[in-house]
Amino acid sequence: MAWVGRSLRRFRDPVLLRGEGRFTADLADGAHTVRFVRSPVARGRIIAIETGHPEQTFTATDLAGLKPIRPLLHRPDYVPVDQPILATDRVCYLGEPIAAVIGETPEQAEDLAAGVFVDIEPENAVVDSDQALAPDAAAVHPQAAGNVLIEGKIRTPGVDAAFEAAAEIIEIEIRSHRQSAMPLEARAAHAAFDSASGRVTLTASVQMPHMLRTGLADILGMAEADLRVVAPDVGGAFGQKMSLAPEHAVVVWLARKLRRSMRWIEDRRENLMASFHSRDQHYVVRGAFDADYKLLAIDADLRCNVGAYSCYPVTCGVEPLMAMAEFPGPYDFQEYAVRARGIATNTCPVAPYRGVSRPVITLALERLMDCAAERFAVEPVEIRRRNLIASFPYKTVTGLEYDEGSYRQAIEMAEQAVDLAAFRIRQCEARGDGRYLGIGFSVFCERGGYGTPAFAARAMDITPGFETVEISMDPSGFVAARIGASPHGQGLETSLAQIIADELGMAPERIRIIHGDTDRTPYGWGTFASRSIVISGGASKRAAEKLKAQLCEVAAERLQADAGQITIKDGRAMVQGGDASIALSELARAVYHQSHQFTSRDEPALTARATYDPFGTFSNACHAAIVEVDPETGQIDIERYVVVEDAGRLINPLIVDGQIQGGVAQGIANALFEEIVYDADGNLLTTLLMDYLVPTAAEIPEIEIYHLETTTGASITKAKGIGEGGTIGAPAAVLGAVSDALAPFNTGIFEMPITPERIRALLRDGA
Amino acid sequence: MKPAEFEYHAPETLGEVTQLLHRFADEARILAGGQSLVPMMNLRLARPEHIIDINRVAELEQFSVQGGTIRIGALVRHCAFLNVPTDDPLGRLLATVAHNIGHVPIRVRGTFAGSIAHADPASEWCVVAATLDGELIAESNAGQRLIPAARFFLASFTTDLKADEMLAEVRLPLLGDTARFGFGEFSRRAGDLALTMVLAVLWLDGGRIEKARIGIGGAANRAMRLPQAEALLNGQSPTPALLRQAGEVAAESFSPIEDIHASAAYRRDLVRALTRRALERALS
Repeated sequence: MAWVGRSLRRFRDPVLLRGEGRFTADLADGAHTVRFVRSPVARGRIIAIETGHPEQTFTATDLAGLKPIRPLLHRPDYVPVDQPILATDRVCYLGEPIAAVIGETPEQAEDLAAGVFVDIEPENAVVDSDQALAPDAAAVHPQAAGNVLIEGKIRTPGVDAAFEAAAEIIEIEIRSHRQSAMPLEARAAHAAFDSASGRVTLTASVQMPHMLRTGLADILGMAEADLRVVAPDVGGAFGQKMSLAPEHAVVVWLARKLRRSMRWIEDRRENLMASFHSRDQHYVVRGAFDADYKLLAIDADLRCNVGAYSCYPVTCGVEPLMAMAEFPGPYDFQEYAVRARGIATNTCPVAPYRGVSRPVITLALERLMDCAAERFAVEPVEIRRRNLIASFPYKTVTGLEYDEGSYRQAIEMAEQAVDLAAFRIRQCEARGDGRYLGIGFSVFCERGGYGTPAFAARAMDITPGFETVEISMDPSGFVAARIGASPHGQGLETSLAQIIADELGMAPERIRIIHGDTDRTPYGWGTFASRSIVISGGASKRAAEKLKAQLCEVAAERLQADAGQITIKDGRAMVQGGDASIALSELARAVYHQSHQFTSRDEPALTARATYDPFGTFSNACHAAIVEVDPETGQIDIERYVVVEDAGRLINPLIVDGQIQGGVAQGIANALFEEIVYDADGNLLTTLLMDYLVPTAAEIPEIEIYHLETTTGASITKAKGIGEGGTIGAPAAVLGAVSDALAPFNTGIFEMPITPERIRALLRDGA
Repeated sequence: MKPAEFEYHAPETLGEVTQLLHRFADEARILAGGQSLVPMMNLRLARPEHIIDINRVAELEQFSVQGGTIRIGALVRHCAFLNVPTDDPLGRLLATVAHNIGHVPIRVRGTFAGSIAHADPASEWCVVAATLDGELIAESNAGQRLIPAARFFLASFTTDLKADEMLAEVRLPLLGDTARFGFGEFSRRAGDLALTMVLAVLWLDGGRIEKARIGIGGAANRAMRLPQAEALLNGQSPTPALLRQAGEVAAESFSPIEDIHASAAYRRDLVRALTRRALERALS
């Protein structure tokens, strides 16, 4: 029986559940504590920095030899902006690092930081993207007058004609308030200096260890060989830990400068103010429909508030350019006009967060469909069925090629699961009793596992995409796979072992996945963007195939047969149709210890290496939410939540379900709870978890999951990426359901998070 | 997220506590359950020079019913109320309210009197004390002072306690068999501080409301009674229209606070809905 497809429990979970995980802070004993003095204002000019402890305080002057962070896109519509490691003469957002202090203990470091006085002449901050686009807005950076750092445009020739021919034009305005990816473990870094070699080992809570090493070596002007980056257990990342942060550079620089070990363990307040934010977007979208409610064209203005600086390496293009390219989603239309802007403001820089723009584009498209359904007086399911793509491969108006999917099947299955007809009757009866129930559907496709072509299309200076796996069998017959991906909770140690186990005919328990260490793994891009199971999984399969070929060769020689006659099963190599067989452990030992007996191999090793760089896959799903809204308090209760998901072949169904459940929980958080709030001067009002509301298990309903398994030719394991689907689909389903519940009040919901207070305000305005 | 330096004191008698308070006054803070004080110190929002840990003072553990009142010493934890402490309706009232306080770890450590002395407007116990006209016993070197709840809560985190006084005990009157209560609070997440809560206590005489008490928390800058809404109900036979009207009056008879969690208008909405629902619950 194959290992792929089994719900194996994740190998790492018992360790984590027993509290035996090793996170950066667990590994940082004995180091000095670095604490950052951060800007208390959103914008201003630094007049002076005064400290009573100059020998323990470091500012931009001390770091004069370091290069700034310089994220690059090779596009004429991109304005590159350098981010200083520590602020030089001005500050651009609240929380920007200005100085670093070093204490023996965290308490002492806090005392020292409190003793640093920064004299700043505050200036009027630009906080909101609409404000930043105003003709008289101050420029956040002088080189970007108008505050647009990136602007993408597409306009197909027939778009105007489509709008002229339309039977109905629906226009909606969508607002997504700013959010944080909110990993349970905030950022952390420990730079250990080895005085014998001069090397620094940076142990850090990150997603892209190889990329971080390259970026830091560039900034610090050091050889990459002198820096080792290790990602130990990482307590969640969700995109927030992809980007190189100024703090990483300071910690490594201090370790080298002072020849001592340094640690920086970010606290929650720092994480909320100065780690990366996301999802601060404002869209105006028009859809042209013909009389049969077929969508003809979309015209979209997509405004993304990207904060004060571009993030490295993916740049501030990540949100607007993804929104522009992937806006068409699961719907069939070929006329499209779009303007997508990344807008600089005096706020914390924005970086990827699970879903990147797609939660908002899905919200926009699905609310557009709901509004059109209302206009045409048809069921929301019906208008979607009419417009969903049904034949594959399909080329979108933006040039993306969708592999085989099940867009219509997914919504039909969801419709059955919730029993839509019965729900409509119950909804009607409940309204008679003064209770307001609603249902919302959210259909989307999720690009995952994309290789270099997708990133090259964005003209990124640094073009991620491939993954490499180095695999070897040791003399005991155990297998180690060294991967460039960097799992941090995705269970890749288990699912990759399942893929390799099937190729090598051995149990996954005998396979170790080695990751998160630049000294021990091949160069790779880490784990993000729903990529690892497709790309690292594909590379694992290819590498295992090569290793299997080697095993067949040596087994054939040992068993006096042809390599083509060898099969490997249950840890043994055997000759087909014969009795001769040998245990892989015995075979492996012989390859290393009796190498003189083998002539078929040039080297006494069982080791192979393979790379995979696919175009990408599109998984798809339909979410359906049933909610009840209390019109007196605005309270929203999710009564039922259904997900129909097509992830292609499921390598490990338990892990897939876990990804969906966690993603939906984050999506519900986005839809109903989480919001970073700045005041008009750019002061942050949500600096604690008392104010930034992360839902708990009590607020998240049970999530029912159904699977479709469409076979794809776009992935050599037949698996598709689904890491972000939960967050992508949930806001549209929840907001659609809330809108449906409140239909008797003639109010639609176009803003997330939708809070009880916002609902009450809408109902009061309507009353 | 680490506290500034402080000196730690662990007295064993009430006399030692009041002496330390007399000596350090404003520079000292009492540590009981620490559920508010310790986070504030970690955030350096509070930087007391001296911490007086009262957890070893046995006489503050008093928890008894005497002469028509329940007496709650300064070390009685929230969780002590989860098991109905008296057969009087007050016992069920306290148990019901206690379930709304924070999470299990908070209920195990946090104290009733600490919550009252802290005077967070969203504290459930402050609402109970205000609604029921509890009596607050302050101890200092100068002796004991009894403060009625109506004069104790002055504003958010501000009480009538003087710098050298500690809240040693709280007394709540038993309600008697004709009393019925309804309590409801609205918070965004399980265990959060309430955006608004309402406690309604009705003394019934046959089908008539003999006397009504309505108290709110989280909505104004302190826990308080709403006498206008109470007056509307006193002596009346309850009808759906009357309860709705009580909600309307309640919503308009206080001055709401405003913060990032809720606007003034929204707090009035919540008081309106929760008052009516608390009354319905009391009568059901």
